[in-house]
Amino acid sequence: MLQLTNIKKSFRKKNDVVNVIDNFSLTVDEGKFIAVQGASGSGKTTLLLMIGTLLTPDNGTVLINGTDPYSLNPEVRANFRAQNIGFVFQQFYLLPYLTVLENVLTSNLVFKKANAKEKALKLLQHLNLEHRLTHLPSELSVGERQRTALARAVLNQPKLILADEPTGNLDAENGAVILDYFKKYAAKGNYVLMVTHSKHAAETADRIEVLDGK
Amino acid sequence: MTFLKLIIKEISYRKLNFWLSILSAAVAAGCLIGALTFLRAHKLRTEEIIDRKEIETKKRVIKLEDDYRKITKKMGFNVLILPKDQNLNDFYADDFASKYMPENYVHKLANSKIVTIRHLLPSLQQKLKWPEKKRTIILIGTRGEVPNVFKSPLKPLVQPVNPGEIVLGHELHSSLNISIGEVVTLLGKSFKVSKLHRERGNKDDITAWINLKEAQILLKKENKINAILALECKCAWAGLAKVRDEISEILPDTQTLESHGKALARAEARDRAAKEAVAALDAVKHHRAVMLAEQKDFVSTLVPAVIFVCAVWIGVLAFGNSRDRRYEIGVLRALGVSSKNIFFLFLTKAALIGFAGAVLGCCAGFFAGMLIVSDKSQTVSLFALFQPNALILTLAGATILSVTATWLPALSAARQDPAEILRKE
Repeated sequence: MLQLTNIKKSFRKKNDVVNVIDNFSLTVDEGKFIAVQGASGSGKTTLLLMIGTLLTPDNGTVLINGTDPYSLNPEVRANFRAQNIGFVFQQFYLLPYLTVLENVLTSNLVFKKANAKEKALKLLQHLNLEHRLTHLPSELSVGERQRTALARAVLNQPKLILADEPTGNLDAENGAVILDYFKKYAAKGNYVLMVTHSKHAAETADRIEVLDGK
Repeated sequence: MTFLKLIIKEISYRKLNFWLSILSAAVAAGCLIGALTFLRAHKLRTEEIIDRKEIETKKRVIKLEDDYRKITKKMGFNVLILPKDQNLNDFYADDFASKYMPENYVHKLANSKIVTIRHLLPSLQQKLKWPEKKRTIILIGTRGEVPNVFKSPLKPLVQPVNPGEIVLGHELHSSLNISIGEVVTLLGKSFKVSKLHRERGNKDDITAWINLKEAQILLKKENKINAILALECKCAWAGLAKVRDEISEILPDTQTLESHGKALARAEARDRAAKEAVAALDAVKHHRAVMLAEQKDFVSTLVPAVIFVCAVWIGVLAFGNSRDRRYEIGVLRALGVSSKNIFFLFLTKAALIGFAGAVLGCCAGFFAGMLIVSDKSQTVSLFALFQPNALILTLAGATILSVTATWLPALSAARQDPAEILRKE
């Protein structure tokens, strides 16, 4: 179970304190694909980063399968993140000097899992990227880039996928591929949490949570 | 995928940054190894010069000694035979003997079978006032050499003064404006000036030589002499005792002194020449040592300055690289790469840069050193310039330098907040 309780996060901007998230709680059961909607600046990305163990909340607790990642020291927390969380970003964030296959295999940098290359090849084949294995990100279409980023996020079969506007830069067809993959991935007993301001994308989720920026 | 592969891929992607960093490390390493090679070359060149000079000096000294040995072989040394009761203190103070011995002593010696002495010169000497000229002079009565009857005649070293003639030292004739052929009066007796000596810079310059018989009459010392000079005694230094023994056997009422002879003077000159050769060698050594010290001073200022600038440049490039890779760092952190791993990712790259730069720099520095040596010396082996310790030191030093220069940029990259990066990107 993914459980957020009374999460609070504020940022200091010059002399002002901006409360981005204020007492947000959320519970996600296994196998669920959740969409979080909200206007720009409502704290969607901030929420995602807090769940992704990259941004410590000012208040409240984050429990991922019963573990509070913020109670772990940074080194252990990084390992926890590598094992349990996969990220998909709107801007893809592929490393420009690595090929498609190599970008996917960066998920294997920390934990050397056996047969990672075979798994990656299978995954890329599943996402229709088998003809792009040795291509650099700059040689890919936008949809192919996002599918590569998706393959990277799921290579280690993490329990939790966090997606930040994953279809924001995609056309409808490519967007549908991604959303369909999320739905199927969650159905395998995982959690997928997607933040989006797209109503269409949100409607493909099992549940929609709204973040009002308070 | 490994961290090393990631580093190599990133290097091949950002070539300019990499090659500029390599260049900096190479300049630092090249400067160091070049300086060490140059100093080594100087040391080898110095050894080469000193060795050559030493051989040359040794040869010169041997040749000189041989020449002097040949020159002095037939020269011998001089002895002075004085009356036995002559007080040597008085003799050295007055420059002449105050005691006398019979003139026939010289005949005894000449007629003996003594082989160690030759060229016998009996003389009667006295310091006196030349009343006619109001001068203090040394008057020497001489009869020339007395030949040794048991030896083949030699060309005399000293010519006798004929009766009625006088020979004058330089100071006397020059100050009194006396010329050859002039008649002068000494102790009431007239003499014709037969010879004028050139300046000798010793007591000879105030000496007047006349015939021995005439001197004996003037000084009222008929048949008396007060010194016999034996020139060119044919034996070495070690043989002086033997000369004394032989003379005392023939003339028991005499004493024998070693007179400062030409052989001794030349031996001293030879010794001085050898010392001067050694001093010249020492001067060369000193000059080279001073040059080396000056070069070391220069190098010890230049090399650290160059290394410092290169280190700063490597650091600046590493800061630029970490800034360019902000979002990569954010993504890697999101993938579970710890800040410690990010830190070592940058340091490993820096170590690779330092090592690769050092290899290039060492090759360039060694090549430069070789050029300098081959230009200045044909005999110093190029392989002699190769210093394994310096090579290891430079390779390790450049690697450490690069890592140290990258430390702060790597720390800065590792401390970047991935949330901050991913939120803003």
